[in-house]
Amino acid sequence: MPIIEIKNLTFAYHKQIILEDINLNVEKNDFLAIIGPNGGGKSTLLKLILGIENYKNGMIKILEQEPSKNLSKVGYVPQNTNINIDFPIKVIEVVMMGHVGHKRPLFGYKKEEISCAMGALAQVGMEKFAQNKIGSLSGGQRQRVMIARALCTHPEILILDEPTASIDVAGQKQIYDLLKLLNKTITILVVSHDISVILGYASKVAHINKNISYHDLSNTKTNFDNKDEHFCEVELLQMLNQGSDKSTKKGCSC
Amino acid sequence: MLDMLQYEFIQNAIIAGVLVSFASGIIGSLIVVNRMVFLAGGIAHTSYGGIGLAVYFGFPIFLGASIFACGAALLMAFITLKNRNRIDTFIGLIWAIGMAIGIILIDLTPGYNVDLMSYLFGSILAVSDEDLYFMGGLLFVIVVIMSVWYRDILAVSYDSEYANLRSINVPFFYTLILVLSALTVVVAIKVVGLILVIALLTIPIYIAEKLSNTLASMMVYSGIISTFFTLLGLLLSYNYDLTSGATIIMVSGIGLILFFIVQQLVQYKNSVQ
Repeated sequence: MPIIEIKNLTFAYHKQIILEDINLNVEKNDFLAIIGPNGGGKSTLLKLILGIENYKNGMIKILEQEPSKNLSKVGYVPQNTNINIDFPIKVIEVVMMGHVGHKRPLFGYKKEEISCAMGALAQVGMEKFAQNKIGSLSGGQRQRVMIARALCTHPEILILDEPTASIDVAGQKQIYDLLKLLNKTITILVVSHDISVILGYASKVAHINKNISYHDLSNTKTNFDNKDEHFCEVELLQMLNQGSDKSTKKGCSC
Repeated sequence: MLDMLQYEFIQNAIIAGVLVSFASGIIGSLIVVNRMVFLAGGIAHTSYGGIGLAVYFGFPIFLGASIFACGAALLMAFITLKNRNRIDTFIGLIWAIGMAIGIILIDLTPGYNVDLMSYLFGSILAVSDEDLYFMGGLLFVIVVIMSVWYRDILAVSYDSEYANLRSINVPFFYTLILVLSALTVVVAIKVVGLILVIALLTIPIYIAEKLSNTLASMMVYSGIISTFFTLLGLLLSYNYDLTSGATIIMVSGIGLILFFIVQQLVQYKNSVQ
């Protein structure tokens, strides 16, 4: 049973087609990277999967159900985690936002909810910071907290939107190492521009620019030698399309 | 100094000061963290339309102002949820039109010359027993709502996009915050007046935010700091025969400046060490 199944999905906004005939299966324990240009429809696809936007043509199933019916099975880490840094809120409270709001006590939080949130923080290595104010953390630490929040409901799949957009290089590697570790038990879907990092970690890549093209990386040699440790999209596509033919590789201009 | 406590109007003023300080501490915290200060200002001034309406038709001022302010809050919630662009323009419009309605209705009221100043700058020394019941009732309602829905309101305030994903009814809580703000603004008008109400809803809250780790502690600290400023301002205004609302705000403002100075000194001391 695929975790996410998308068939013949077409989505238009104000008569402009954003996504056209998308077909995608995300299998258990995949590490799927979705890449593509700005405005190419990546965020829209995420919104459709998360049930924020409604689609008319095609089909999206999460664990064989409509997206909006399986909210607790999907953990989501939004793009901008630097919002409201001055907000007086503790790390543990941010994590507990992850709980879906049913079967809850009249006041405050249940003991299970607190222990569950602490467990999620331990998974990302942030349990020592539970009582700290969110604004006192670094960008990378805050991103870990957001991942813990998404893990709170024990989801089947973790969806991250540009998880390293506002983090320094060392922090980025730590986040991807963490995702790699989590990937042993959980399916991961990452939307990112950051192809150089993605390549070392993702098992599959989907390129979205209105249409989708899909590549399985598990058999591709990923230690593609590049001088500045930076890939651009052109190079990646060259590599994916032409396998190990290195003669086509040209200097990266982006 | 203690002899002032024997007067009933002083006793009422002190009780009103404490009740309104805690109500505005809790709601002001929500207004500040949700970045709704301008919205709250708009509601405060619009409620003057309600005062005019109450005077013209001869029903209680609190009732008229509350209904009008809640109406303005609902209208603003509707507009801001529908159309996030141009919010500031709409707030400005409602702000001005509300006040204009109030002034014209008071002009039209035959043989009645209401003391405009007492609404612009407050009249904490003229608080009646009914006013106290209204303030106490409002504080009670606010505390109950905050206790029951604290985690939802926290989630909506901190990250409304994520709260929406966790199937929390974001528009409902957003509207609830605005309606409670409207009611709090109405009772705060009695203490400091509608011109100065924004100061009461922001100055103590700004200080409390720096001292707090959680939204709940921010609300409690805001209430305590606000009570201190209000009662000190009341004392000074009584002793030196000054306008109470303006004195309370001046005390708050000076308190804020002192807080800044202490904060800078502490930072400087820490950086030296």
